[in-house]
Amino acid sequence: MRAEDDRKALEKERKRWEDTTLRKAVESLPERRKEFVTTSSRPLKRLYTPLDLGVKTDEERLGKPGGFPYTRGIHPTMYRGRLWTMRMFAGYGSAEDTNRRFKYLIAHGETGLSVAFDMPTLYGYDTDEPEAKGEFGTCGVAVSSLEDMRLLFRGIDVGEVSTSMTINSPASVIWAMYLVAAEERDIPMSKLRGTIQNDILKEYQAQKEWIFPPEPSMRLVVDTFEFGSKQVPQWNTISISGYHIREAGATAGQELAFTLANGMEYVRWGIDRGLQVDDFAPRLSFFFNAHNDLFEELAKYRAARRIWSREMRDTFGAKNPRSWLLRFHAQTAGVSLTAQQPEINIVRTTVQALAAVLGGTQSLHTNAYDEAYQVPNEAAARIALRTQQILAHESGVANTVDPLGGSYFLESLTDELEDEAYRYFDRIQELGGVIPAIRKGFFQQEIANSAYRYQREIEDKERVIVGVNDFVVDEQPELEPLRVSEASLKAQVERLRRIRRTRDAKKHARSLDQLRKGCEGDANTMPLILDAVRAKATLGEIIDVMRETFGVWEEPLLY
Amino acid sequence: MIPIAKKIRVLIAKPGLDGHDRGAKVVARALRDAGMEVIYTGLRQTPEDIVEAAIQEDVDAIGLSCLSGAHMTLFPEVVKLLKKRKSGDILVAGGGIIPEEDVPKLKKAGIKVVFGPGTPLRDIVAFFETAGKGA
Repeated sequence: MRAEDDRKALEKERKRWEDTTLRKAVESLPERRKEFVTTSSRPLKRLYTPLDLGVKTDEERLGKPGGFPYTRGIHPTMYRGRLWTMRMFAGYGSAEDTNRRFKYLIAHGETGLSVAFDMPTLYGYDTDEPEAKGEFGTCGVAVSSLEDMRLLFRGIDVGEVSTSMTINSPASVIWAMYLVAAEERDIPMSKLRGTIQNDILKEYQAQKEWIFPPEPSMRLVVDTFEFGSKQVPQWNTISISGYHIREAGATAGQELAFTLANGMEYVRWGIDRGLQVDDFAPRLSFFFNAHNDLFEELAKYRAARRIWSREMRDTFGAKNPRSWLLRFHAQTAGVSLTAQQPEINIVRTTVQALAAVLGGTQSLHTNAYDEAYQVPNEAAARIALRTQQILAHESGVANTVDPLGGSYFLESLTDELEDEAYRYFDRIQELGGVIPAIRKGFFQQEIANSAYRYQREIEDKERVIVGVNDFVVDEQPELEPLRVSEASLKAQVERLRRIRRTRDAKKHARSLDQLRKGCEGDANTMPLILDAVRAKATLGEIIDVMRETFGVWEEPLLY
Repeated sequence: MIPIAKKIRVLIAKPGLDGHDRGAKVVARALRDAGMEVIYTGLRQTPEDIVEAAIQEDVDAIGLSCLSGAHMTLFPEVVKLLKKRKSGDILVAGGGIIPEEDVPKLKKAGIKVVFGPGTPLRDIVAFFETAGKGA
C-alpha cells in the first residue's frame, strides 16, 4: 500500500508541476518541435521521473555489476579493473601491406587486432579467380592461402595478442589457416585467443556476404562451436552481430531484436547437435553498432545484457554464469560518416564511442574520418585510435562502473527497448523462426523500410545531418588517398601460382577429396579443413568443394 | 485522346561482389515513388549480367552502386559493353564510396554522373527523369 500511496503522491505532484510551472514556460517559449524522436524515430517524453520505471525493483531490473541480470555490466569493477580492448579494424591490399598497418597500430597503442578481408576473400574466391576482378585488397586484405596468413601475422606474437577476424561464410577455412599458421610457430591452439565473426544469419538479413544456403551454413557454424569448445577453448567461435543489421538501415530496436533472435537460434542449433549449452555458450560473443543517439544506444546495450542472461538461464537452462554473459565488441557507425566536411566525423565518432564505453563494451573500434571515401589512411586511423585513448585516460568516464545507471530516462528507455525486442521475438516465432523469416524476406524488408524512412526524414529535413542538409559549405575536402598498389596484386597472383605449382599434388587432391566426403556426410568439417589447409589447398579451392556439395543461396529480391 | 506518358524504366544494379545494398534499395524505392519503373538486379552481377538485363528490360537508364572500391574496373566496363551491344543511348549513373579524384575519370569513361554519399534523393530522381526525355 505504501508504494501505491507514494506513486499517487508523485503523480499528483507531477500534475501540479505540469499545470503551473511547465504550462507557463511553454506559453512564453513554445518547444522547438511537436515531437522529439531518437535516431531510430522513437518518440521521447519531455521528462522522465520515477513514474516511468514500472513496478520492478532496482534489484530485479539492474542487479549489481557482475551479477544477474547484468544490466549494469558484466564485471564488478568494469574499466577500473581493465580498460576495454582497443581493437582497430584494419586491412587493405596484400598480407604484407596489412601487416605493416597492424604494426603501426600496435606501435600507437592498440591492444587487440582485427582483420578486415577483401571482397573476394569474404566470398571464398582466390585473388586470381575471374570473380575477384577489380576487387583485390580494396576494402580489406586478400587472404587466399596459408602463406598469406603467415605473412599477415609475421613478427606479431599471436600467442599473446587476441585477433578478431571479420569473416563469415568462409570463416572455418580462414580460422583453420590462422590455427595452422600458429601451429607452425609452435603456439598451441589452447593458447590462442580471438574471435571469428562466423555469424551467417545476419549475412542473409543484412551484410549479404553469403555463399551457401542457411542449413549447411549453420552446420559449418556448429562445427566450429564443437571443435572450438574442445580444441581452442579461449576462442570466440562466433560474434553475433547487430552492427551490419544497423548499418543496413535497421533501428536500434531492430538491431537489438534481430541480433538476439539470431543468438538464440545458434544456441538451439548447438543444443540440437547434442552439445551441452554450457560447453559452448561461454564462447558466444556479440557485436553491436554505436550510433549517434547516445541514450538510445546505451539503453540498447543494457537491454541486450538483461535479455540474454535471462534467456540463457531460464529458457536454455544454462547453469554456468559465464553462459549468461553478453560480452560484446562495438564499432562506431560507419553509415553516419559524411563525405561532406569529413573532419567533423571525428566528433561524431567521439560521441558514438562514448556511448559504447558508457554502455560497457568489452572492445571497441572507432572509425576514421575519411571512411566515407576510402579505407582509412594512416593518419586518419591514428586519430580514431587516439579518440579511444582520450576517452579512456582523459574523460574520466572509465573511473566509475555504469555511471548513468539509475537515470529515469535511461532505465525507462532500456525497458522500452527490451519490450520491443520481445515483440519482435513473437513475430519471428509466428513466421516459423529465424530461417523461415529470412526466406520470406521479413528481416530484409523491415530493414529496407527503416532505411527508407530515415532517408526521407533527412530529405524532408525533419532530421538535420550537419554538413549534409544544413550548415553546408561549398568546399572540396582534401584527403590523403590510400591506393592499393598494382605491385601488391602482381606479387599476390605470383605467390598463388607458385603455391599451386610446388605443393604436393597428391596430398592436396586427397585432402580435398576427404573434405568432400565429410561435407556430404555429417562429420565435423573442422579437422578436414585443417588437413586441406596443411596440404596447401587455397581458400577458393576449399570453398569450391563446399559450393559443389552445399549449393548456393539465392536471396529474395526486394527493396 | 491524351497520350499516356511512357514510364521511365530504370535498372538499379549492384556490380561486383559488394554486398552493401542499402543505398541501391533506397534509390530504387525513391525512383519508384517518383513514378518510374524500377528493376533491381540483386547482388553480385557481372557487367555482362547488367548489360543483358538492361537490354532485355528495355531500360532508359542504369544506376550502378558500388561501395567496395571496385568501381574503376566495373563501371567503365558496363558502358563499354553497352556500346558494343549498340545500346550506348542508355544513360549510366554511378554511386557509392568513390574518391573525388576518380570522378573525372569515370565521366570520361561514359558514366554520366557520379552520386557520392549524402546526395539528396531529389537530385538522383531529377537525373533519371532526364533519361525519359530522349525517348
